[in-house]
Amino acid sequence: MHRFAKPSVFLKFTAPILPWLSVLTAILIAAGLYFSLIGSPVDYQQGHTVRIMYIHVPAAWMGLFCYVGMAICGAMSLIWKHPLADICARATAPVGATFTALCLITGSLWGEPMWGTWWVWDARLTSMLILLFLYLGYMALVNAFDDPERGSKAGSALALVGAVNVPIVKFSVDWWNTLHQPASIVRMDGPAVDPSMQLPLALMILGFTCYYFVLLILRVRLELNERRIRALHLSGMFDETATPAAAKDKAYEAGHNAEAKQ
Amino acid sequence: MSLSRAKIRKRQRMYVIGAILLAVGGAAALMLTAFEDSVVFFFSPTEIAEKSPIDPDQRLRIGGLVVEGSVAKQDDGQTIAFAVTDMAETVPVSYRGILPDLFREGQGVVAEGHMSSEGTFIASEVLAKHDENYMPPEVAESLKKSGYWEEIEAKNAEQMRN
Repeated sequence: MHRFAKPSVFLKFTAPILPWLSVLTAILIAAGLYFSLIGSPVDYQQGHTVRIMYIHVPAAWMGLFCYVGMAICGAMSLIWKHPLADICARATAPVGATFTALCLITGSLWGEPMWGTWWVWDARLTSMLILLFLYLGYMALVNAFDDPERGSKAGSALALVGAVNVPIVKFSVDWWNTLHQPASIVRMDGPAVDPSMQLPLALMILGFTCYYFVLLILRVRLELNERRIRALHLSGMFDETATPAAAKDKAYEAGHNAEAKQ
Repeated sequence: MSLSRAKIRKRQRMYVIGAILLAVGGAAALMLTAFEDSVVFFFSPTEIAEKSPIDPDQRLRIGGLVVEGSVAKQDDGQTIAFAVTDMAETVPVSYRGILPDLFREGQGVVAEGHMSSEGTFIASEVLAKHDENYMPPEVAESLKKSGYWEEIEAKNAEQMRN
C-alpha cells in the first residue's frame, strides 16, 4: 500500500481514471435525478415531499463517508507521515463539509412541512451539526499554523478524535429516541424503503460517491502541481531580479520540461 | 526479527493513536450514558407513568402514537384533545394551536409542554414524528388489506417505548 502513497504514482494512476469516472458520475446523477424527480412514485403520506430524500440521504451518507476517509488519511499521515495522506485529508474536508451542510439544509426544508419544525435539538440532528463543526474546525486548524506540517498534525488529531462522533450520528436514532425516524436503509430487517424508491436512492448515492472521487482526484492533482510550482519558485528558477538572463532561460526550460513530462 | 528504529516508532505511534481513540470513545460513551435523560428527545407514556407525579412546572416532551378515535375538538373550538400511547400506557394530551400536516390518528407525535396536576399533558407545541417506512400509496393500500399494517403499527409503538 505504501507503494501507492507516492505523488508520482498517484498522478500516473489517476490520469486515465479521471475522464471515465467523470462520465460515470454524470450518467449516474442524470439517471438518479430523472428517477428521483419523475420516474418514482409519491409517498403514501408525504406525497411529493418525499423527493427531498433523494438529495438528503445521499448527502448524509457522503458527510459520514468523507469524514471516515478524512480520519483514516489523518491516521496514516500521523503514523507513516505520508504527504499524500495529508493532502487527501485536506482535499476531503471542504467536500465533506459541503455535503454535511447540504444534508442539514435539505433536512431542515423537509422537517418544516413534515414534522412541523425547521430544527430540533434531538440526538441525530445535533450530532450531525457537530459533524459539520468538526469539518470546519479541521479546516481552520490545518491552516492556522505557519508550518504546514504542524497544521496537519493538529488537524489529523482533531479528525481522529472527532471520528468518535461518526457511530454516534449513525446509531443516535437507535440508542435514544429522537424526532428523526430510525434508519430506513442500512438496518437489520433490510430496507424499509419501497423498491421503486430504492432505485433513485441507490443511483444518487453512487453518483454522489463517484462525484466525491472526481473532486478528490482533481483537488489532489491541483495541490501536487501547486507544490511543484512552489518548489520551483523556492529553487529560484522564476526569480527574475536575482538571476541573470541566461539563468532565466534555463529556468524556463526546466519548468517547461516538467510540465511536458506529466 | 529485529525491527528498525523507524518501524518501532511507527508502531508506537499506532498504539498511542489506538489508545487515545479508545479512551475518547469510552469517555464519550460514559458521558452519553450519564446524561441519557437529556439526550433523549422525549419520554414515552410508560416513562411518564414511572416518573409521575411530575412537577407541573417541569417542561418535558412526550412521544407516542395518537390513539385511533381519540382526537376531539373541545367546546371552545380551539383546544384539541387526544391521547398518546405506546400500547402499554396512555396519556391524555390537550393542545391549543395548529397541528402539523402529518398529524394523524395512529401516527407518531412528539408534544412539548407540562403535566397538569390532573394527569393531562398540556402541550404548547406538537410535532409529527413519522416512521422509517416509505412506500407508494398503492403499496400502503395492499398492506392495509393484507393485514401487515398492524404489524408495522405495533413496531412503531415498540420503538416509542425504548
